[in-house]
Amino acid sequence: MTTASDSVLDFTDVSVAFRSDGPTASAPAVDGVSLSLRRGEIFGIVGESGSGKSTLANTVLGLLPSSATVRGHVRVNDRDVLGLSESDLRALRGDEVAMIFQDASASLDPTWPVGDQIAETIRAHRAIGRRAAREQAIALMTEVGIPDAASRYGDAPHRLSGGMRQRIVIAAALANNPQLLIADEPATALDVTIQAQILQLIDRLRRDHGTTVLLITHDLGVVAQVCDRVGVMYAGRLLEVGTAHELFARPTHPYTRALLAASPNRVARGTRLPVVPAQWSVESLHESEAVAEAEAAQ
Amino acid sequence: MTSRLGFVLRRLALTVPVLFVMSIIVFLIIRLVPGDPVRTMLGFRATDENVEQVRHQLGLDQSWLLQYGDFIGGIFRGDLGTDIVSHASLSDLLAQRLPVTFELAGLAMLLAVLIGVPLGVRAATGGKWVKRLTEGFVVFGISIPDFWLGILLVLVFAGTLVILPPSGYVPFADDPAGNIRYMILPVLTLAIGEAAYILRTTRAAVTSVLDRPFVTFLRAKGIRTRRIVAGHALRNAAPAIVTVIGIQVGVLLGGAIIVEQLFALPGVGRLVVTAITQRNYPTVQIGVLAIATTFIMVSLVTDLIVGWLDPRVADGAAT
Repeated sequence: MTTASDSVLDFTDVSVAFRSDGPTASAPAVDGVSLSLRRGEIFGIVGESGSGKSTLANTVLGLLPSSATVRGHVRVNDRDVLGLSESDLRALRGDEVAMIFQDASASLDPTWPVGDQIAETIRAHRAIGRRAAREQAIALMTEVGIPDAASRYGDAPHRLSGGMRQRIVIAAALANNPQLLIADEPATALDVTIQAQILQLIDRLRRDHGTTVLLITHDLGVVAQVCDRVGVMYAGRLLEVGTAHELFARPTHPYTRALLAASPNRVARGTRLPVVPAQWSVESLHESEAVAEAEAAQ
Repeated sequence: MTSRLGFVLRRLALTVPVLFVMSIIVFLIIRLVPGDPVRTMLGFRATDENVEQVRHQLGLDQSWLLQYGDFIGGIFRGDLGTDIVSHASLSDLLAQRLPVTFELAGLAMLLAVLIGVPLGVRAATGGKWVKRLTEGFVVFGISIPDFWLGILLVLVFAGTLVILPPSGYVPFADDPAGNIRYMILPVLTLAIGEAAYILRTTRAAVTSVLDRPFVTFLRAKGIRTRRIVAGHALRNAAPAIVTVIGIQVGVLLGGAIIVEQLFALPGVGRLVVTAITQRNYPTVQIGVLAIATTFIMVSLVTDLIVGWLDPRVADGAAT
């Protein structure tokens, strides 16, 4: 059981369904997920495309399209955010909870100077002047590792590299020192060395500011590198949760085992990669869960 | 900065061949249309001798090549020639007529932008009823012909309500209030169709910007919807909207010809229409060239504004 002080984000039996125009009811995108994030940890959610991990993350800030119906409870610092009005949600976004997305190039307004896009976040939540916001934005740019930040302030996004743009996005997200950062595939669109730098940056900022991070990824290497705990999602369900070490050493769920077995660096060179069975039906998942539970009981 | 100047100079240099080809086309078309300016001028009772005499006086008995040389050479010497019917200097005529057309087209475009852009933004962000009402306006505005709308407006405001004059003109300098009263109906006639085009363009551009991922990030940063639309979506949609406005200036100048005719406004359009019926070659040539030059200059300014609005285009021009 978690208490109010050590849990930043709580999902209780969260389900998300999308209203579809088709004749058949579609399967829920997120199906009965319960999960609790401890203050200051990096929690990774892994899963393949369509497993519901991004949908789950989007419930926190109310960023799902209007066709989505969310049930259950999503609590940020013990406050249920699902019933919040649009203006209360706006106060939460970018202040108490920040979120960053996969493609940094697409996350920035191409017509705005990068520095102004950081200052804008500060001014949306704090009653400070233009000049003070600018000073803070330059300090943030320096903190996320942008060399000669003051002279970069006025640059349009296309003048910066992909990695630098993602640093700007992180600076904009962290501008108001949020307690929780939701990072949806923050490094996927970048090349491998830059990817590692961005993850190190998130890890360092977490240490410096005590920010809790919910990191969504399909990359098990990322999980191994920075996450304290990991949840595995498949077909909208959270299959298992454990420390990153536990998960890699002793995966309990058959899907997790299949996923790990398919990692290239765990397979001897020259042999074929095992394949994760493509579309597991929900029934077969239940069966395999029953098997896993039976095995665990023995 | 110098590269921007180079861009302007290159664009200006490009307008020279365009205007040159334009001048040949106008010169030929008016001469290929059946009808003789001298016979039109002198009436059917004129003797062949008289006709030949006047033809010689006007230089119309020379070869087309010489006539074209006179026309172009005159322009380069700053002499636009004379109207062969009224014998007025064409520079003076243009100085009188161009301001009327510019006022009409300029006010119509201003009104169209003031209606089209805000409504287009509302159409992109508003609810079901806003979308339906604006779509109704777009269909109405685009499908109604100018001349029909003009007649309808005259019937309502000058005929039934009797609050505005049906036609006529006074210069702004002589009577500002009267000038505006005369301008209201012609400007409305031109502006409504334009506003519909601009509304449609704005709606499409803003809608597509609002679908882009950076808008999701703006929402995730807690930026107000109003600010996202006004500060970011409209800013990103601006190059597309300005481009369409620039193109529509050409359509507007064409529409102005009809509207000047309908409301008896003494603009360049009316000057050219009258000159065509009289086969008044020099006036047609200079009038059409003046309208074409206006459109080319507006296109140039549009390109410069678009380049300034989009930092990527501006950088592209610099390298």
